[in-house]
Amino acid sequence: MTTVTGNQGVSSSAPIALASAMVRNWKTPIALGFFAILALVLFGIFGRPGTSTFRLSTDTDFVQIPMIPVDARPASLITSVVLVLIAAWATRLVQRARRVPLWIIAVFAVLFLFTFLVWASAGLRAIPVAGLLVGAVSLSVPLIFGALGGVISERVGVVNVAIEGQLLAGAFVSALVASATRVPLLGLLAAMVAGMLVSFVLAAFSIKYFVDQVIVGVVLNVLVTGLTSFLYSTLLSPNQTTLNSPQRFQRINIPVLSDIPIIGPTLFRQTIIVYIMYVAVLVVWYCLFNTKWGLRLRSSGENPQAADTVGINVNRTRFWNVSLAGAIAGFGGAYFTLGSVGGFSKEMTAGAGFIALAAVIFGRWDPIRATLAALLFGFATNLQSVLSTIGSPVPSEFMLMLPYVITIFAVAGLVGSVRGPAASGKPYVKG
Amino acid sequence: MKLELRGITKRFGALVANDHIDLVVEPGEIHCLLGENGAGKSTLMNVLYGLYRAEEGEILLDDVPQHFTGPGDAMAAGIGMVHQHFMLIPVFTVAENVMLGHEKTNFGGRLNLTAARQQVREISSRFGFDIDPDALIEDLPVGVQQRVEIIKALSRDAQVLVFDEPTAVLTPQETDELMVIMRQLKAAGTSIVFITHKLREVREVADRITVIRLGKVVGEASPSATNTELASLMVGRPVELTVHKDPKIAGEAALVISHLSVIDHRGQLVVNDVSFEVKAGEILAIAGVQGNGQTELTEAIMGLQPRVTGSIVLDGIELRRESTRKVLDSGVGFVPEDRGEDGLIAGFTIAENLMLDRADGAPFVKAGALQLGSLAEFAEHKIVEFDIRAQGIGTHAGKLSGGNQQKVVLARELSRDLRLFVAAQPTRGLDVGSIEFVHSRIVATRDAGTPVIVVSTELDEVVALADRIAVMYRGEIVGIVPGTTPRDVLGLMMAGELPDSAEAAA
Amino acid sequence: MTDSRPPTPVEPGPPTEPGPPTGPDSSTGHGSPATPGSPAEAPSRFSGVLREITTGNAVISVLAVVLALVAGGILIALTDPGVKAASGYLFSRPSDTLQAIWTSVSGAYLALFQGSIYNFSRPDFASGIKPFTETLSFATPLIAAGLGVALAFRVGLFNIGGRGQMLIAAAAAGWVGYSFDIPFPLHLIIALLVGIAGGAIWGGIVGLLKARTGAHEVIVTIMLNYVAYYLVAYLLRTPGLLQAKGSSNPKSPAMKASAIFPDLFGPNYNLTIGFILVIAATAFVWYLLNRSSLGFKFRAIGENPHAARVAGIDVKNMYVYAMLISGGLIGLAGANQVQASITTGFGSGIDAGIGFDAITVALLGRSKPWGVFVAGILFGAFKAGGFTMQASQGVPIEIVLVVQSLIVLFIAAPPLVRAVFRLPAPVAVTRLRPSKISGKKAVVTK
Repeated sequence: MTTVTGNQGVSSSAPIALASAMVRNWKTPIALGFFAILALVLFGIFGRPGTSTFRLSTDTDFVQIPMIPVDARPASLITSVVLVLIAAWATRLVQRARRVPLWIIAVFAVLFLFTFLVWASAGLRAIPVAGLLVGAVSLSVPLIFGALGGVISERVGVVNVAIEGQLLAGAFVSALVASATRVPLLGLLAAMVAGMLVSFVLAAFSIKYFVDQVIVGVVLNVLVTGLTSFLYSTLLSPNQTTLNSPQRFQRINIPVLSDIPIIGPTLFRQTIIVYIMYVAVLVVWYCLFNTKWGLRLRSSGENPQAADTVGINVNRTRFWNVSLAGAIAGFGGAYFTLGSVGGFSKEMTAGAGFIALAAVIFGRWDPIRATLAALLFGFATNLQSVLSTIGSPVPSEFMLMLPYVITIFAVAGLVGSVRGPAASGKPYVKG
Repeated sequence: MKLELRGITKRFGALVANDHIDLVVEPGEIHCLLGENGAGKSTLMNVLYGLYRAEEGEILLDDVPQHFTGPGDAMAAGIGMVHQHFMLIPVFTVAENVMLGHEKTNFGGRLNLTAARQQVREISSRFGFDIDPDALIEDLPVGVQQRVEIIKALSRDAQVLVFDEPTAVLTPQETDELMVIMRQLKAAGTSIVFITHKLREVREVADRITVIRLGKVVGEASPSATNTELASLMVGRPVELTVHKDPKIAGEAALVISHLSVIDHRGQLVVNDVSFEVKAGEILAIAGVQGNGQTELTEAIMGLQPRVTGSIVLDGIELRRESTRKVLDSGVGFVPEDRGEDGLIAGFTIAENLMLDRADGAPFVKAGALQLGSLAEFAEHKIVEFDIRAQGIGTHAGKLSGGNQQKVVLARELSRDLRLFVAAQPTRGLDVGSIEFVHSRIVATRDAGTPVIVVSTELDEVVALADRIAVMYRGEIVGIVPGTTPRDVLGLMMAGELPDSAEAAA
Repeated sequence: MTDSRPPTPVEPGPPTEPGPPTGPDSSTGHGSPATPGSPAEAPSRFSGVLREITTGNAVISVLAVVLALVAGGILIALTDPGVKAASGYLFSRPSDTLQAIWTSVSGAYLALFQGSIYNFSRPDFASGIKPFTETLSFATPLIAAGLGVALAFRVGLFNIGGRGQMLIAAAAAGWVGYSFDIPFPLHLIIALLVGIAGGAIWGGIVGLLKARTGAHEVIVTIMLNYVAYYLVAYLLRTPGLLQAKGSSNPKSPAMKASAIFPDLFGPNYNLTIGFILVIAATAFVWYLLNRSSLGFKFRAIGENPHAARVAGIDVKNMYVYAMLISGGLIGLAGANQVQASITTGFGSGIDAGIGFDAITVALLGRSKPWGVFVAGILFGAFKAGGFTMQASQGVPIEIVLVVQSLIVLFIAAPPLVRAVFRLPAPVAVTRLRPSKISGKKAVVTK
């Protein structure tokens, strides 16, 4: 039972040595141990023979780095032994009632990934590392915008399950407007407006009519799917050339930066949408934690009544920030049509909004962490396509499953306790 | 600043919460608003603070009519409020909480935390508070949180300060300190409205007293009035401040708790090596300020706490590590302290609530099927026996008044064969009539030979009911003393000190 | 309990409850004068009845459907080529535009009706009523899955995992259905039970994760949908697993006749005994929720998990049981898909979006079993009629999605519907409780 005042009264006072020793968290060492043994058995002992090659440069790179060949079996064996050692260390830390630091988990993850790649590409064509990363960023773009929208919305106290709908609306409207006007920038603006309109409905129903926010979100996704598909069939499809062939944004190479090996092609040979994304992530992160806007926004999501009593109009704050969140997600939707694919097609977001939602939670409602989570999901998705092109033995479906399985592990608490904004999901009803 | 309320009327639907209330608070005066739970005090103050809009009447500050559309307006006009449930954001720091709503910013919109910290320190030093501006609220003790609330109000230059039941969460010592702070504020010219239902505090600090009953002002009193006079004014009839209780005929020790410790979900030791016993036919009151482990102690007995060490033996049977179901089946009756949250299901009918912890077997379940007939019969009977005022057994519990809700809980728990009765804050938020009823049922349970544990933060209640008193402080039992122990000794114990005299008496 | 609060505290349940419960705030009690059971002066009997009719749930539901259909009609008219052509000369001959609008909208909705209820152009009743049997067969899985979602709602769980549960159930039932040779009724029953078990397990995982780790079911169910999808997709494209022999399509072999649900009214109608099963399921859920001890505990947890826990109800186990039953009901829908709807072999789209439609069905039915039954038939009618509408009038079937989601939105917000139709508000519910965030603490189980 949690009685808030009850715990607060004691927490600061009781000088307790016994306490931390009693609550050891064994989840992390168990998980690490599981994956380490998996690596050792699958990749190390029963590994595949052959050479794995990592291609770090693209053909157009200014500085060419030679390919790195690795002999698969010994390499896998060595790294998986290291993995086991890390897991053992984590176990020891927990035994001594200490926390496993995050960087250990990060090192573990990178090593595991490397081991997996060596194993998966043994005896096959080279893994295009740069291509892998470029594709990962590209697939992450809508996820990151969606996650930013999710973070803002949930931080202000409205659960945003409608990210999917906002992305889809953004994709549809941007294709329509960019095609009709022949100005891609207008398409971007229109996408923001479209995402915002979806948010208006979410905000109106959840704030004004106190409808359960998750329900509104789910229904909105259906509504937007229905609307865009209906309009696609009746409007876009018959007028494909005039209404559904938007001009895509061109890639812009940033001088100097784009010539850095690996990083250059990954980060600095992108479209304007991606550059705006970099700025958006930083701005949202900075403003959320350092400005008046952010303070008020978070207060509305943590304790709306407290915010109300200091003169903050909670429902207005919620309404406009949910709208802002929709605009950002809608902007991300435009990437589908103006950044990557070209024309609109039915249900083209294919669940990206839900992955963005997972990134929000995985990233613990923090813009930077959510972005990293989104990148991870984008990476896993792209890894699958890269591996299937080089003919890897791993069924692509299992790679595609990965982000979802990771998220389940994450919310099941293996990554640590997840704590969201206290009042997120609860309508604020004034007396 | 002079505050005047004229003819304030606030309705909730058909209900008149405030009926033409007039109130004048002179500058530099401590004005007590006295009334029992549900009299309409807080509603009035929420109207004053702009949280509610009154249907009729007006608010004047220094004789100028005010029109508040929200708390922002009230604050701008110089009204500050220290809420009963603190209006703080647990994950923010003190400085962030204080600046929220009137933030100063630097270049680029960056929050000026330096200024906020400075302000916290400045006000703290004025009143001798010791508060770290960068501490997170959730890490602070309740008493300190209240001071943050005061700083919040003062940082906005409040000229009229409203304290809404400020002592409910404080130790007697902290209460005394608060009184000092109030007098300091008064000396600095701040007008203070002090809302309470505790007679003692009123008489100690008030310059003037206004008594409210059922939404109406029923009179003014001077601080020199006696407790009995104030109480009968507040309740509207003569009130006996004591509970009729025969001397105890205690039997064998029925419940034996030894070396019990509880660790909460944050890893804090909230109950620390507690041992005591309760005999058949006695009431052991567990006194202490809210949040000193009483809640967790009762929950540990009920099997509601996950990390418990030590032992809980009832009539020779070990109950620790047993499920709540098993504990209930062993004959433990339980009135949880948060009745709306833990005791009742608002969306269930009275009848359904009466079978809530008996959903597994006879008499209400046979072969997995509900026996609605016998439930209805039972409920009809209990409504009469416990004087539950409702339209019928089909009325939803959420529609009942606090007193009637508590009667439903009591009816449910006292209708089983009990071997132990645990009541946590059994009269919190109830009107005097209901308090009398609850107390008489608790005493009757004791007289029937059942061991009873009453957890209460109200000294009046503890003194009225207890045969013996255990005082808890920071998760430990400071001492167990006879029910006749003087209040000042109990007060010291609630602050963690065990006077020699008390020790000798125990 | 770990200290993880559910990440996104939702309070699923009937969507119409605005804000905190009414009634005096028991924990604070302040400022809310308590008047035990003294209702406002009763209005005259007639106006009371009238008020009840015009403000009641049923009327709101009907009006919500009307509103949604009107909105759908506007969409149809706006995108109709005929209307577009006529609107070109709107100002010279406005009647043409109106005429075109009427033609397009009435044509579409007439097709919808004829495709779902009764086709007047058929010579006799037996063939005229065929559309209605189509409606019922479309409604069958919707009702089953809707019951599953509704049951979870009543326990306070939001099961968005219908898709995954259906896929697993369909794959399991399908596998039994095509790979074994068992005599007729037994084969059918085993396949059905295996399918239900498949759905129950996939749902049970969610309940288990929620109970043991506090993982939020909304996230877990969404994620498990994808896991199930890719899992089934993998099984279907891998020879030796679910893929039909000698085929390179990601599709299973056809079901054996002994595992297929028999037709209810002979081979001319598609309606099978699946519909009877669904009626039985509805009655079962009704009994479970309203008359059984287990259902009582379910509802107690759904209303207030804290009080339920204090009353000795094992909240964790109940979450697992509830998700098992919920998944099982959705599994019935999945089995119906392969044993009645598509018996010629299934692909990874066998769920046909029913898992998501079920959420709207449950919401429309207000999470009450017979409400879900009626809502399922309504949505079944939309589906059946939608295909006819698409075929005969060229109105894309997606309009059905739009209308359905609008219905749910409108139903969830009665004040909006009342405002549109200028209906009186219901007798003012006195909210005695002062403004306090609806005070549900995180569900804490030990």
